[in-house]
Amino acid sequence: MALLRGVPNIEKKVFLAALLFAGAQLALIGYAAWKLGVSVPTCVTNVKPFASGALITVGPGRYEAHVVAKMWQFEPDTITVPKGSIVDFYVTSADVAHGFYIDRTNVNLMALPFVVNYAQARFTEPGKYPVLCHEYCGVGHNGMAATVEVTP
Amino acid sequence: MRIQKELRAVVLTEILFPLVLMSFGVFHGVVQVLHRCGLIRDDDFMGIGYFQGLTAHGVINAIVLTTFFAVAFGNVVVSQTLDQNVSVGAAWAALILMTVGTLTAALPIFLGRASVLYTFYPPFRAHPAFYVGVVLVVVGSWVGFWAWIPGYLRWRKAHPERKTPLAAVGMFSTFIVWQLCTLPAAYEILVQLLPWSLGWTPGVNVVLARMLFWFFGHPLVYFWLLPTYTMYYTILPKLAGGKLYSDFYGRFVFMIFIVLSSPIGLHHQFMEPAISSSYKALHAVLTLLIAVPSLATAFTLAASLEHGARRNGGRGLFAWWGKLPHFDEERWLFPYLFMGLVIFIFGGLTGLINASYSMNAVVHNTAWLPAHFHLTVAGPVFLGILGASLLIVLGLLGKKCAAPKAALAVPYLWTLGVFTFSSGLFYSGLHGAPRRTNLGLSYLDPASPLYRPDWLTAERVGAVGGCIMGLAVVVYFYVLIRSLMGPSDPRLQDSFALPESEAYHDEDVPAVRNFLPWVVAGVLAVVIAYGPPIVQVVKAGYEGSPAFTPDSPAAIER
Repeated sequence: MALLRGVPNIEKKVFLAALLFAGAQLALIGYAAWKLGVSVPTCVTNVKPFASGALITVGPGRYEAHVVAKMWQFEPDTITVPKGSIVDFYVTSADVAHGFYIDRTNVNLMALPFVVNYAQARFTEPGKYPVLCHEYCGVGHNGMAATVEVTP
Repeated sequence: MRIQKELRAVVLTEILFPLVLMSFGVFHGVVQVLHRCGLIRDDDFMGIGYFQGLTAHGVINAIVLTTFFAVAFGNVVVSQTLDQNVSVGAAWAALILMTVGTLTAALPIFLGRASVLYTFYPPFRAHPAFYVGVVLVVVGSWVGFWAWIPGYLRWRKAHPERKTPLAAVGMFSTFIVWQLCTLPAAYEILVQLLPWSLGWTPGVNVVLARMLFWFFGHPLVYFWLLPTYTMYYTILPKLAGGKLYSDFYGRFVFMIFIVLSSPIGLHHQFMEPAISSSYKALHAVLTLLIAVPSLATAFTLAASLEHGARRNGGRGLFAWWGKLPHFDEERWLFPYLFMGLVIFIFGGLTGLINASYSMNAVVHNTAWLPAHFHLTVAGPVFLGILGASLLIVLGLLGKKCAAPKAALAVPYLWTLGVFTFSSGLFYSGLHGAPRRTNLGLSYLDPASPLYRPDWLTAERVGAVGGCIMGLAVVVYFYVLIRSLMGPSDPRLQDSFALPESEAYHDEDVPAVRNFLPWVVAGVLAVVIAYGPPIVQVVKAGYEGSPAFTPDSPAAIER
């Protein structure tokens, strides 16, 4: 290691400690992503960009929500499903960049034009879940919201 | 070594002009927290729209102030440490380009024709002058950097046996990072956005533009940070009364940033469509490697401070902290740097949370984000800029700080303010409050069906913090203006130089002697990390988006 000639020992130890720290955190992230299945959005190829929103029943307790975000509303703006449902959210935008955030869930997506984003949520508690746009999308951004209603 | 006399006017303008603009940037920071907590329930305040002001706040504070300061500080550092070798003509050209650029971009912002925020995400379209102005500022900063290169090469030739002074290594690293990362932004603006904003091209590939923006956008934060790192490594130990513990770590940290600054930008896009999760994961891994230079810095600076404190008579495991010059009127610069470090501990830790891949779903685009980055860019970066600006301006004019007690109060007041601000926004963000939103019009208006009383207290706490931050800046301008009105002493003017720390461990390690291998490694890392995702996005051939303005859901007719 001629290149590192002269590096004092304590500096080497600090370097190793820092690598261990980063490694430990990466291990935890990997555990969450691949063992617990908490993942991030990836390329969606099974659903093509769509122009209108819809809630589709695919089976008992299984739904597919196609959400179009546009200045300054979501379509559909109310999604009603029974308690215990698993919902696949497919989100796209009709104009500029929007956000799609469902309160009290891990659904937190960017909606962009001509591409589709995806996240899944399971609703175990009945009630109203506020949905809001969290990306600046123009003067009406402040009030761009929707609701997921989970019936008992 | 002294600073070139011919550079005085350039450096003074580069510091004072953006400070004047910053007064508006900060003013609108205060206005924003009042909007957000529901005290102002309107689209605008004093004729300035919320998003117009937010655009000015971001562009002035995060782009203009930081870029001008980096060039000014680099001029001082390079001139002082490398035998007065800055090319004066190029330094003037840089100043003129940056100033013209700033004014060109400011005009459409103040006319309300570019309320696109400092991230200018398409398909929002700003007035073309906005893009032209941003390009001129960036090109000006390149020229400012190029003004140092011939002198640096001459210095290396004349002193083959010496290590490049650490402060110069810091500023060259800052601008090598900048030079590399502004290329994708230049492509985004010049090839994608500018022709499209002029109506010459019908559509813009939004996914590609966003990827190029964050390719630039994350190294941008290191461009903000590295001048302050330069102060931490070369000025702070001297102010503390000691030496820099490890010269090697200083060099290593600056050079590793050349490699790791850019290939990590996808961590801003974890929640976006059309980017494969495996590239996101790769960027998450590379991002977490930043822990290595961060912990090396934490170790080196803590050791340097302890060395200084023990020389001052400090004892005990922790009691030596009391022997640092926290309230020394002669060394009022110390708390600007020290409190910046204290703030940065929390900025760094919350940054780790954001970068932690799927955990990002909890915080992405919530108020947590501005709470986090105000602990970085409005922590160490801003305090470093305030402190060093005061030192350099007064030094180059041969004036003394006329109100040292008030000057000492600024960093403590700011720290109190930014911690209060961020505590409020961390809390509301974790409870779902969005960033970049005029909450007073909806979520924090009791008359609105969207009313969220659970965010109210936290946003009010944030507003109190924001007002304290504004107050700290008022005190700062009081110190600056009072000092500027004081008498000028030519002897002080001629003897002015930045404090330069000696090193405690001063080994000459071959691995950190040259920039070149680190630059090559940086380019390779970028090719590996960004090559495949960019190819994927380009190949996908997404339809181009027409242009929109923020005030209408209809696309602009061509």
